[in-house]
Amino acid sequence: MSTLLEINGLSKSYPGVKANDDISFAIQEGEIHALLGENGAGKSTLVKMIYGLVKPDEGTMVLNGAAYTPAKPHAARASGVSMVFQHFSLFEALTVAENITLGMDDAPNRKELSAKIRSVSQDYGLPLDPDRLIGDMSVGERQRVEIIRCLLQNPRLLIMDEPTSVLTPQEVDTLFGTLRKLSADGVAILYISHKLDEILALCDHATILRMGKVVDTCTPKEETAKSLAEMMIGGELEIHAQTEFNPGADALVVKGLTLMSDDAFGTSLKNVNFTLRKGEVLGIGGVAGNGQDEILAVLSGEEKVEAEMVRLNGEAVGQMGPNERRVKGLLSAPEERLGHAAAPAMSLSKNAFLTGRIRKKLAPGGVMKSRRTNRFAREIIEKFDVRTPGIHVAAKALSGGNLQKFVIGREVLQSPQVLVVNQPTWGVDAAAAASIRQALRQLAADGAAVIVISQDLDELMEMSDTFAVLSEGRLSKQQPSEGLTIEEIGLMMGGDLEGTHHAEA
Amino acid sequence: MLRLEQRQQSSKTMLYLTPVLAVVSTMVVGGALFLAMGINPFDAIYLLFIDPFIDSYNLSQLFVKASPLILIAMGLSIGFKAGVWNIGAEGQFVIGALSGGAVGLALWGSTGWWILPLMAVAAAIGGALWALIPAVLKIRFNANEILVSLMLVYVAENLLAQMVQGVLRNPEGMGFPESRNLARNDPTSLPDFFDPLGIDAGGVVMLLLLAGAFFLLQKHALGFQIKLTGESPRAARFAGVKPGIIIAVTLGISGAAAGLAGLFELTGAAGKLTIDFPVGYGFTAIIVAFLGRLNPIGILLAGVVLAGTYIGGENAQFLLKLPAAAVTVFQGMMLFFLLGFEILINYRVIRVRRAA
Repeated sequence: MSTLLEINGLSKSYPGVKANDDISFAIQEGEIHALLGENGAGKSTLVKMIYGLVKPDEGTMVLNGAAYTPAKPHAARASGVSMVFQHFSLFEALTVAENITLGMDDAPNRKELSAKIRSVSQDYGLPLDPDRLIGDMSVGERQRVEIIRCLLQNPRLLIMDEPTSVLTPQEVDTLFGTLRKLSADGVAILYISHKLDEILALCDHATILRMGKVVDTCTPKEETAKSLAEMMIGGELEIHAQTEFNPGADALVVKGLTLMSDDAFGTSLKNVNFTLRKGEVLGIGGVAGNGQDEILAVLSGEEKVEAEMVRLNGEAVGQMGPNERRVKGLLSAPEERLGHAAAPAMSLSKNAFLTGRIRKKLAPGGVMKSRRTNRFAREIIEKFDVRTPGIHVAAKALSGGNLQKFVIGREVLQSPQVLVVNQPTWGVDAAAAASIRQALRQLAADGAAVIVISQDLDELMEMSDTFAVLSEGRLSKQQPSEGLTIEEIGLMMGGDLEGTHHAEA
Repeated sequence: MLRLEQRQQSSKTMLYLTPVLAVVSTMVVGGALFLAMGINPFDAIYLLFIDPFIDSYNLSQLFVKASPLILIAMGLSIGFKAGVWNIGAEGQFVIGALSGGAVGLALWGSTGWWILPLMAVAAAIGGALWALIPAVLKIRFNANEILVSLMLVYVAENLLAQMVQGVLRNPEGMGFPESRNLARNDPTSLPDFFDPLGIDAGGVVMLLLLAGAFFLLQKHALGFQIKLTGESPRAARFAGVKPGIIIAVTLGISGAAAGLAGLFELTGAAGKLTIDFPVGYGFTAIIVAFLGRLNPIGILLAGVVLAGTYIGGENAQFLLKLPAAAVTVFQGMMLFFLLGFEILINYRVIRVRRAA
């Protein structure tokens, strides 16, 4: 095997932070190379430099023995470097073939392209119909479109940014099959993930980043998940032991919840029922886009339903707005951090005010108490280890993981009676994810009721007392988490209701 | 082919420098325009941009023109912050003058300190109600407030024409289509406070309201909700903000401010209602709001600069035979450069070679 891409001393600084500091490593032809690191460790900056989105301050890259300095992604693609992003850039109202045409620098005619899409997708075990509308496809299928779009360019290096965070276990297996086949054909893959078991199962080599520097390299097959995690966070990983489950009185009862989505690509909720008791953590699994956002909106009060459909401590609250519910102790943290849970250009202090106003009494009588607000923001930053220069930094300047800690911390520190969180650890590194889970568990141990909506099944199994799966707007029967296997749940998620056929008796 | 690409970070210094750059570019390009028209560009620029600020008579006029601009722009900026685009301040200005003026005319002959304040209240309510028409249509039917508020300007102007020929016509005016002169009637005329500077009661109220706007936006939860709605509507809903209330409140505030400005103009500089009463303050105020970066202090400065171009424009018309439209071209140019520079701050232009 010969070296495909060699990275020598790459550095990149942003005001106030050195995102990458003298990074060097090499990727061999046909290898699956993992890039592992906490959030804010510099992974995104590094791949952006490789893909030509960001120019390095110092350092050089050598691709196939020649100097490689992509000025933009177009140049990177021309040199054989492609990337599949965590967030897709597809138009829902267009077909697969149309979307692929749009992204190509020199697209062949439609018929030729369709044939090519079919053959490439068959070759790599990712069957895809070029004439289907994106809007009708699942997230996993959309990812296929992105992958095929890259493969049509015959890349030598394929960069994948957290590809499995949106997939069912079965879809993950399919993807891994494809990646292994690509690797066997000589395509190198740079694989970014937080999921240690995936890296163990898939990757030939791993480069570990911490605070912008390469801190270690290893051969995953010779490591364990625990040892990898330790390299990544530079310390011993604390594994939290499940606390005993003694639920109290009913806190939140959802009965016959039905909601027609007014978004053409949204999901309608169909007769959702569950009961959440004090001290209980309910885990709601399922692939994104099956009604998760809608459930959160109904519980947060952004979306109103019939009063009786949602009861909080016995009171019908379905018609109440977000702030009325906050008064009564029902808080929530949406999935989308920027633009929903937080206002991107506003400071952390203002973002603390955003939901903290009511319960923390930050504007009694309407006038904002800036000192009290700042104190609350600082409390969140300290207690939840949010890494930021200060409370006046804009939310969008924080890395995803740090902002997530801030968002969760903001709600937890308001001592909710019921807290609903959607994808609490999405894109968050292992250490931060562990501390977020710990905080939510602690909240339940102190008597609050918690709903965790997540696609990460390991997380749900670790945290939840009871479990249900959301599939096409329907919620399966709520059952004790103990005794469920990952395989059973995975099948339920894919829409196979066998495990749940008794749910809607 | 050229393409715009969003910058990772936009420079803060440049953000505050753009209004200055826009003014300078307007001078340069405007100067070239004058040269092409056969007018000495230096004379013209001097008259438009320098003379209004140094000549003592002009200086007293400056504040008279600036204060309605600033007052209207202040109201508009609150809506703009929330992403509510009230383009019809000119109409609210007219309705304010009509409502307040009608009260003053109805009380003709009465005396008392309370008459003028009552007229001001009527003007603010009239302007606010006029602005609430697009608000209600937007909330109820999702009608575009830009179009509705703009169209209502023409409705308001026609209403004014009807009124000055009808019920509000001066009974002693020999049939001319105009009202009595409210500025020449003590109880309904706007008192001057600092005569040499041209600061009248309207100017004082304007400064107080400007301070109020500053407080609202910086310190009050409602101001926070307004800014949050503009910055991130979804986060605003999550924070419990009701979008309809923000639309109604911001349009109401901007309508009330424009209405008040209309009354101050009527009871001060203009004196009477005629069909020529609206002179475009409501539109120019949009430029003032943006030139002042939607910030109360910036708006104060921008209002003075644009008032200067009004005064300078009149003088230049007289002294240099500059066409009346030249001032409007100048003001338009300023907004054009401002918005253009703003794009360059947030985006960079890159050349894209077409793939073969």
